[in-house]
Amino acid sequence: MLAYIVRRLLQLIPVFLGATLLIYFLVFAMPGDPIAALFGDKQPSPQLLAELRAQYHLDQPFLVQYWFYLTGILHGDLGTTFSGQSVNDVLARTLPVTGRLAVMSIAIEFTLSIIIGTISAVRKGKLFDHSALIVGLIFLSVPVFVLGFAAQYFLAIKLGWFRATVGADNDWGGLWLPAIVLGVSLFATSMRLMRGSVIETRNQDWVRTAYSKGLPRRRVLPVHVMRNSLIPVITNSATNFGVLLVGAVVTEAVFNIPGVGNTMYQATLRHEGPTIVSFVTVFVIIYVLVNVLVDLLYGFLDPRIRYVK
Amino acid sequence: MKRTKIALTGLALLAAGTLVLTSCAGGGGTSGDNGNTSGASASAVIKVNGNEPENPLIPTNTNEVGGGKILDSIFAGLAYYDAKGKLVNDMAESITVDDPSTVTIKIKKGEKFTNGQELTADSFIKAWQYGALFSNKQLNSSWFADIEGFDPAKDSQLTGLTKTDDYTFTVKLNAPVAADWAQRLGYSAYYPLPDVAFEDMKSFGEHPIGNGPYKLASDSAWQHDVQIELVKNDGYTGGRQAKNGGLTIVFYTTQDAAYADLQDGNVDVIDAIPPSSFATFESDLGDRAVNQPAAIFQSFTIPGNAAHFTGKEGILRKEAISMAINRDQITKTIFNGTRTPASDFTSPVISGWSDSIPGNEVLKYDATKAKDLWAQADAISKWSGSFQIAYNADGGHKEWVDAVSNSIKNTLGIDASGKSYVDFATLRQDVNDRKIKTAFRTGWQADYPSQYNFLQPLYGTGASSNDSDYSNKDFDALLAQGASASDPAAATADYAKAQSILFQDLPSIPLWYSNVTGGYAEGVKNVTFGWNSVPLYYQITKG
Repeated sequence: MLAYIVRRLLQLIPVFLGATLLIYFLVFAMPGDPIAALFGDKQPSPQLLAELRAQYHLDQPFLVQYWFYLTGILHGDLGTTFSGQSVNDVLARTLPVTGRLAVMSIAIEFTLSIIIGTISAVRKGKLFDHSALIVGLIFLSVPVFVLGFAAQYFLAIKLGWFRATVGADNDWGGLWLPAIVLGVSLFATSMRLMRGSVIETRNQDWVRTAYSKGLPRRRVLPVHVMRNSLIPVITNSATNFGVLLVGAVVTEAVFNIPGVGNTMYQATLRHEGPTIVSFVTVFVIIYVLVNVLVDLLYGFLDPRIRYVK
Repeated sequence: MKRTKIALTGLALLAAGTLVLTSCAGGGGTSGDNGNTSGASASAVIKVNGNEPENPLIPTNTNEVGGGKILDSIFAGLAYYDAKGKLVNDMAESITVDDPSTVTIKIKKGEKFTNGQELTADSFIKAWQYGALFSNKQLNSSWFADIEGFDPAKDSQLTGLTKTDDYTFTVKLNAPVAADWAQRLGYSAYYPLPDVAFEDMKSFGEHPIGNGPYKLASDSAWQHDVQIELVKNDGYTGGRQAKNGGLTIVFYTTQDAAYADLQDGNVDVIDAIPPSSFATFESDLGDRAVNQPAAIFQSFTIPGNAAHFTGKEGILRKEAISMAINRDQITKTIFNGTRTPASDFTSPVISGWSDSIPGNEVLKYDATKAKDLWAQADAISKWSGSFQIAYNADGGHKEWVDAVSNSIKNTLGIDASGKSYVDFATLRQDVNDRKIKTAFRTGWQADYPSQYNFLQPLYGTGASSNDSDYSNKDFDALLAQGASASDPAAATADYAKAQSILFQDLPSIPLWYSNVTGGYAEGVKNVTFGWNSVPLYYQITKG
């Protein structure tokens, strides 16, 4: 087990190199001169421009810039934003906010999909099943920023149930509205997977055996059926985690959340290479780690899946 | 091993997706009606919108509005601009123009920074030397370019700054523009710095110590990306006395979020309405809506060497194009009245503005005249190709560029269209490198309230933002005469004559003045927008 984990973690190294190189190249290939843009409509002296470019190594060829970035990382330094802040600080400040948002959204997605998916399976073909499918499809197909603006307008401004934006109030309590928006935008696929899985499991021999032993449904359903049906849902949630990080960029702009998404948005507007690359790389690493975690969860949910060697 | 491959593919998609999606994060929008809440509150701290400063809070290194509005609140310069853009002494006892290239400045005695240090002539001289020094790479260094000794390309002391005594210094300029130069002294680049700043400028930029109407509430008052909390500085004695207990400037990435917060009652005053709500905000907010011209001039520029746009033919074509644009209609339909059609090259909020500069009839829509002028140009050399206006797609310019192109196309019967650049940086690079061959959008927001600032940097020979490389000796001479005239009325007359030269040559085609749009919550009073589109925060009261 330990060897497996170590092996999976070692795989992070090529993933890290590949991802940073790719993103760095994409940023490098972005047209335009970010340093000139710092001056707006004004034109500074060419010497001043050259000095500033040199400060951020922007006058160097692509591989040299990338090399500066890599050696920086090995010293624990992710680079500096154009405003002179260290990217480490910016990450340390914004990542927990987006982390909270992601955890809350996944929790909402997970809860919704398990409960609604199971009830749909039990009431297959009934009104609840059909309504759940339709509602799920609506949330899935509406773009997340439309959902966000609608929720902001109706639930916050009109009804006053939430604050319209998050801002400084970004602890667990303040993030409910964006977390709900992200959660419901994701729950449809997991819910359908859960439903299918529960239907299939309910036809298994051991379930029939459990019932024939005289076990009540309130025991059979959670322990024998739901636990065994969770694997596809968990796998999907892990994949959704990536979608979630991307969705966070949009959601954070709508709700003014000071997280990584917002910072990414600003950094991309300003062509801040180190910031963009570091942030995306962190996204990548988190994504891979979540997938490792999910692989480990399989063994817990289904003892037949083991990683012993 | 297989999962890794899948993971890698996923990562690439994720990465690409993130980059793509960031560009649409500002899209969409809701429009609302009646979303108001009462602003009555016992606390007198005013909550306003802002942006995370792009740079540390160092006056000579901040050239954007997000950091600028904080600096203006926590620092006091020699003078400030009142609501009408008039220069009023702040820390200065007097600012005297001795001759066209010399200014003598006397500072009030007994003024203090919030750390207790007394303000002296050195507080200004040292700060300006720092800001001008090449190796300090300050974004505002060009503000010191007119002072003797300035060098934009290598380290050089400002030899023009001479200390007479602890509270007096003189400024010797390398050009006779003293009258105009004195008008600039309200800008943040000229703010003084306490000695502690020079010990560690980086740390100072995080925890600035000023001398203005407000000061930072605590060491942790600046929560990056979130907000900055300011409280009243009781030691400030100037004319901008805070009538409220403090300011909380909340940082927003999008204007939509700020507007949502205004409707929800989480913010008291905002100085920007998102374009998606232009059509509705005045009915939403009623008399709490603000929509007035700002010191922002919008235009497009045709490169001086573009084919068919040189010589007599070029002038005729530019006039034809200008008269083919229906500015009234476009500002109404595209901008819902949040732009004011231009009638000169400056802005109505700047003193000396006039809507009757000789030659400005080329800004009136006149289809017949436009066709006629175009035909005259065709007689010199037949038109070929298409007319394009380049714009940056990240700035919400597509709609008006399309409308202007259509207006030109329909009137002149030529092929005209917009040309999209992905973003501002890309467009500026092509413009700065003179690689651009089409017309392109240009705009100017005044740095200080003076007509000279709208004219010299944009159309002066060899000037810093002269995108079309325009050069006209008579124009230069009139500007110089205006900048050295000690009588404001004489200066205004010179600038008017200079502008009528511009109307003959049309180095840029004026379009409209941007309005400042904003609004405030119920119970909030005394909201006045300054000449620079930023509310005068110190006057605002509520409750």
